[in-house]
Amino acid sequence: MNYRSVFDIIGPIMIGPSSSHTAGAARIGRAARRIFGLKPDSAYITFYGSFAKTYKGHGTDIAIVGGLLDLDTYDEGIVRSLELAKAQGIDVHIQTSEEDADHPNTAKIELSNGEQWLEIVGISIGGGSVEITSVNGFKLRLSGHHPALLVLHEDKYGMIAQVANVLSRHKLNIGHMEVARKAKGSEALMAIETDQSMGEDVLAEIKAIPSILAVTKLDP
Amino acid sequence: MAIFKTVAELVELAERENKKMAQIMIEQEVQISGKSKQDIMDNMAKAYRVMEKAVQRGINENIKSHSSLTGGDAKKLHRYIQQGNVLSGIHVLEAVMGAMATNEVNAAMGTICATPTAGSAGIVPGCLFAMAEKLQPSYEDKLYFLFTAGAIGYVIANNAFIAGATGGCQAETGSATAMAAAAIVEMAGGTPRQSAHALSIALQNMLGLVCDPVAGLVEVPCVKRNAIGASIAMVAADMALAGIEFIIPADEVIEAMYRIGKSMPHALKETALGGLAATPTGKALERKIFGVELVKE
Repeated sequence: MNYRSVFDIIGPIMIGPSSSHTAGAARIGRAARRIFGLKPDSAYITFYGSFAKTYKGHGTDIAIVGGLLDLDTYDEGIVRSLELAKAQGIDVHIQTSEEDADHPNTAKIELSNGEQWLEIVGISIGGGSVEITSVNGFKLRLSGHHPALLVLHEDKYGMIAQVANVLSRHKLNIGHMEVARKAKGSEALMAIETDQSMGEDVLAEIKAIPSILAVTKLDP
Repeated sequence: MAIFKTVAELVELAERENKKMAQIMIEQEVQISGKSKQDIMDNMAKAYRVMEKAVQRGINENIKSHSSLTGGDAKKLHRYIQQGNVLSGIHVLEAVMGAMATNEVNAAMGTICATPTAGSAGIVPGCLFAMAEKLQPSYEDKLYFLFTAGAIGYVIANNAFIAGATGGCQAETGSATAMAAAAIVEMAGGTPRQSAHALSIALQNMLGLVCDPVAGLVEVPCVKRNAIGASIAMVAADMALAGIEFIIPADEVIEAMYRIGKSMPHALKETALGGLAATPTGKALERKIFGVELVKE
């Protein structure tokens, strides 16, 4: 079930003109900003499929940049997002790709700020609902509907159990979980969606586990 | 409580518990989201207010999109209705007017509520406000209209699709028309079974509809497809309330929509490569608006 809530259907409340190409794009941009966790100073955005063909008409570029500024789908600032980004010193590059993507509405976002770097791929599945399908090359599936935890760690035994233990101690229920890795024994990524929101203390405890490389929280 | 995945299950739950489909949707939302019924009603009230405001803007203000392709038609129809000489029925035209008003505001980058998408955002509110005028329902029943529409959209979205890029316009305005038809029947006092027939009658008339927006904009033909979608929803609801049935069950009509969408060519799924977008006038408008052709064939 890709759509879980009645408000996925009656909603979102949004700036027009397209739920998939405007509101969905804003949500992908916002998810990237939330995962990145800080203001980027450069953003490379690549559109594929229908996004690549029709982004100008739908304001997909304006919306995705609005999301990168942490604006919600109904924020009227979206209409002026390109100027706002410039004023905040974010260098925005928009490009299109002829490459085949798995979904017609696909966008790749690469953000950087000094040492920090992030690449995510998001798809807009319709009606404003989105999924994040890749983070720094790790394939996963995040809906953005639930609080989520992204844990980058060394690929070895016991890591999942240790992270799950921390969540269990804090009485946090895991609704959905995925583990992805690029090669055996290298780095791996856990994507965990929980029913309840997580506090900073939970993040700190997970960060303190040996062989954990990075922890990011994503709130809906 | 069981979670419904099909129209048949939704109808059965409503019949067994002697409830409106809206109430089944609300109970399921409470269960899935963990939020209180009050919070969920408040959320829907927020969506309702956005819809109301968009329709009012579309009727009263001089709306014009950035491309100048759309705007002002809802206002024209409003004046025409006020002259009192309408042919097809005043409430049908009010639904059409509300649908166009919403989509014109959407095209002008105004604030709307997607139902189920922005491109099809006019049909459900258009029918809701026309029915509210006719039936004078309670505020709660107006919100119930949106929950019932949402319940139908929820089934369609999870079993087929609601985006033009994946399933063509049948997935967008087709879904919205089916949602509205079922909700109208419920508001008018029909049974859940009659709602399902209204849904089927409405959706079977939208099957195969392609998504071919001129210049890739959610304007032409979207605004007028919302207009006529609203009229189909109203007439389908009247037919179902008259006891007319559709022999293919609703879930199978939805499945047919899915299979048709899957086999629809890429050029007709929101790529602005085919259909009306590819007509000489469509291409000329695209060049005029963007200075160049957006896409190469």
